[in-house]
Amino acid sequence: MHTEKEKHTFEPKIIAFVCTWCTYAGADLAGTSRMQYPANVRVLKFPCTGRIDPVFILKAFQQGADGVLVSGCHPGDCHYIAGNFHARRRFAAFRKLLEFVGVDLGRLQFSWVSAAEGGKWVEMVTGLTEQVRGMGPMQEFKELALEEQWSGSIDTPELQEAYDQI
Amino acid sequence: MSRIGVFVCHCGENISRTVDVERVAAEVGKLPGVAFSTDYKYMCSDPGQGLLKKAIREERLSHVVVAACSPRMHEKTFRKAVESAGLNPFLCEMANIREHCSWVHEDRDEATVKAIEIVGMMVERVKKNRVLPTITVPVTKRSLVIGGGIAGIQAALDIADAGHEVVLVEREPSIGGHMAQLSETFPTLDCSQCIMTPKMVDVANHPRIKLYTYAEIEHVEGYIGNFQVTVRRKARSVIEEKCTGCGVCMEKCPVRKIPNTFDRDLGMRPAIYVPFPQAVPNTPVIDRENCTKFKTGKCGVCQKVCGPGAVDYEQEDRLIVEPVGAIVVATGFDLYSIEEKPKGSSIKGYGEFGHGRIPDVIDGMTFERLASASGPTGGKIMRPSDGREPKQIVFIQCVGSRAREKGISYCSKICCMYTAKHTMLYHHKVHDGQAYVFFMDARTPGKSYDEFWRRSIEEEEAVYIRGMVSRLYQKGDKIVVMGSDISVGVQVEIEADMVVLATAVQPRKGADTLAQKLGISYDKYHFYSEAHAKLRPVECATAGIYLAGACQGPKDIPDTVSQASAAAAKVMTLFARDQLEREPIVARVRETGCVGCFYCKKVCPYGAVEEKEIRDRQGNLVKVVAYVNPGVCGGCGTCQATCPSKSVELDGYTDEQIVAMIESL
Ligand SMILES: Cc1cc2nc3c(=O)[nH]c(=O)nc-3n(C[C@H](O)[C@H](O)[C@H](O)COP(=O)(O)OP(=O)(O)OC[C@H]3O[C@@H](n4cnc5c(N)ncnc54)[C@H](O)[C@@H]3O)c2cc1C
Ligand code: SF4
Ligand code: SF4
Ligand code: FES
Repeated sequence: MHTEKEKHTFEPKIIAFVCTWCTYAGADLAGTSRMQYPANVRVLKFPCTGRIDPVFILKAFQQGADGVLVSGCHPGDCHYIAGNFHARRRFAAFRKLLEFVGVDLGRLQFSWVSAAEGGKWVEMVTGLTEQVRGMGPMQEFKELALEEQWSGSIDTPELQEAYDQI
Repeated sequence: MSRIGVFVCHCGENISRTVDVERVAAEVGKLPGVAFSTDYKYMCSDPGQGLLKKAIREERLSHVVVAACSPRMHEKTFRKAVESAGLNPFLCEMANIREHCSWVHEDRDEATVKAIEIVGMMVERVKKNRVLPTITVPVTKRSLVIGGGIAGIQAALDIADAGHEVVLVEREPSIGGHMAQLSETFPTLDCSQCIMTPKMVDVANHPRIKLYTYAEIEHVEGYIGNFQVTVRRKARSVIEEKCTGCGVCMEKCPVRKIPNTFDRDLGMRPAIYVPFPQAVPNTPVIDRENCTKFKTGKCGVCQKVCGPGAVDYEQEDRLIVEPVGAIVVATGFDLYSIEEKPKGSSIKGYGEFGHGRIPDVIDGMTFERLASASGPTGGKIMRPSDGREPKQIVFIQCVGSRAREKGISYCSKICCMYTAKHTMLYHHKVHDGQAYVFFMDARTPGKSYDEFWRRSIEEEEAVYIRGMVSRLYQKGDKIVVMGSDISVGVQVEIEADMVVLATAVQPRKGADTLAQKLGISYDKYHFYSEAHAKLRPVECATAGIYLAGACQGPKDIPDTVSQASAAAAKVMTLFARDQLEREPIVARVRETGCVGCFYCKKVCPYGAVEEKEIRDRQGNLVKVVAYVNPGVCGGCGTCQATCPSKSVELDGYTDEQIVAMIESL
């Protein structure tokens, strides 16, 4: 059955950071089960959520992501025993930090999706896409990226010298 | 400049139905660094792979991206193909445009745009991929087995029979463990000694088993395939090589009244002793705490009477280093002891059951010794207090087990069955006696188990009372047992001659210390943890270390033996190769950047991070940095995300690669 697709004025960009063993496999299962979800998501595969540095999330926002999804194995099921416990702690602190600097936490979602949960993957991606669509484009970090670019170029010898002295 | 080749697969129509594959190949072909791009019906087929190899050679490709199904499906296939064309396999990546794109979207235009982005992302990633050499580690084809209960014995025999040397280390003076203490065994009631002792003798006589009894693990170094284990052989005071096992020393030793722990203190032994007559090895040991020679310097009788001159009062502990490639841990269990405070509990034991205060309240293992034909009573059931035969006997199950308030919430698994066995043994020996059992549930899954349990009720007429015992006390020479029968809701009071407590199976005391030496993990009770509860039940998460028997959780003999053979099979699989090959996805430390904070060491789930000293030419210590042992690293990357100075990198998932992907979007 082919349903007529709604046309939206704003298509958010969603970046997903997932571990190979659970969520990536869960997303594969959604595919083999021919489930359907919005095409806004781009998936980056990591060995484990333990490898996901919060800096990547910042980078994704700077790069124009409107929403970020981080997902791995359920607690206790990590392929590497405890990687996701470390990740959970790290992200708990990171969320606080983001909240503090004024990022709407509705743009960032952490979840556990197992290799058997193709359906949950679909719900997660669909839910986040709709939610972020409602929130509109993410501006803050794009501006930040520009600023960083601006202040980041050390193009005169004087600047270089000053920089070296710090 | 890289010369990347991109190969877009139609997957029959699975991809091409929703994704315009030609357009993908054309668009991606315009990306900087891409030297060649094409599409093909079935990339994974023989001709598809042929096309890939031909292009690598003819186009002198430096990197490859195959846009097709999930890498979980065919990454290995394409990496192999790339390798056979002369490129390092890790210079090939897959872009998943089937499971993550064509199958989950309907709009052809949308799906095509997404596919182009996915492939573009992998193109940027692959540019940053580095040549990764396969890591090989040599394998020492010798195994260590820790613990000589039935688990350790079975594992050692299996491995040795397969042609490999085994070092078996047992803490006690003899191997055998708990099974050597049992009388008859459920569910068949064959005598434990009869099935156990031949195996013990096999161990002693096996040309490939090196047995160290009265010995412990001092120190473990190394990793899978290459462990160095230091074994402490405790001073036995008898030279094993000289002793013939004649036993004269034990006969002549003037100290005679030391309670024999093997017999649960029901019998006595001398100061120079073997724990039981069938001990393997049959070499005595001097219990220095109770020996007059060691206490006062006088005596020395055993040395005088020993023909071959095997007694050596000067003997000291010896440390021996054994190189092994694999380790099987089979240290078994301890029984919950009623007098002591259980772990994690502020309530002291089960004072209400009077164990230790009322002599005729005993535990299940003591009952085993009473019922054993080779035990201190020759198999006669009699009361420890006065030697009379008990005519009314009460068994209480779940003592300590499933008692959250005492800190043990698990089921000990074997007590329902051995209590049923005890009632049978009792009725076989005391024909006019009556056995009562207080129980919460009867848990009898297992082949022929429920039938066995029913037999104890239906044929042997044990009376089962569902409920708990609230109190027991001594009244004259009887023990009054008060409890409730919850199935009919009445209070029950039984005047018993003897009470047997089915006490909980607990991990060994000191199980955590051994685990720390081995670098393996354990649960909150201190049972050792397997790598995966369902799919890797005999392996530890630490590579090269395996588990067998009750050290991993409560188990009966059939389960213990199965697990031991499974662990042995895992060891043999490891020993089937001379070199271990592993994926080179491992972390590496950049020593110049490392500040030696060792956060990585703290978070590494595998204990792969070591401390390494950096010295200058004069040998002065410059600094201490982290070193990741590639044989041990599991490749999760947790260290990298944790490292504050960004000095450790996981090959195959470097920051460069990931940032390149994010930036492509
Ligand atoms: C009362 C009772 C009755 C039972 N009846 C039955 C029955 O009828 N049928 C049945 O199937 N099962 C029965 N069982 C269960 C059976 O005893 C166990 O399944 C079996 O003994 C487990 O074997 P194991 O080798 O894992 O452990 P263990 O028998 O405990 O052996 C472990 C060995 O390791 C040694 N060790 C410990 N720590 C170290 C160390 N650090 N270094 C070196 N060596 C060490 C110990 O000295 C011991 O020799 C009964 C258990 C009890 C308590
Ligand atoms: S120590 Fe000597 S006397 Fe004692 S058992 Fe050994 S050989 Fe016999
Ligand atoms: S990648 Fe994982 S297993 Fe390897 S050293 Fe780092 S934390 Fe340990
Ligand atoms: S492997 Fe999935 S979270 Fe660690």
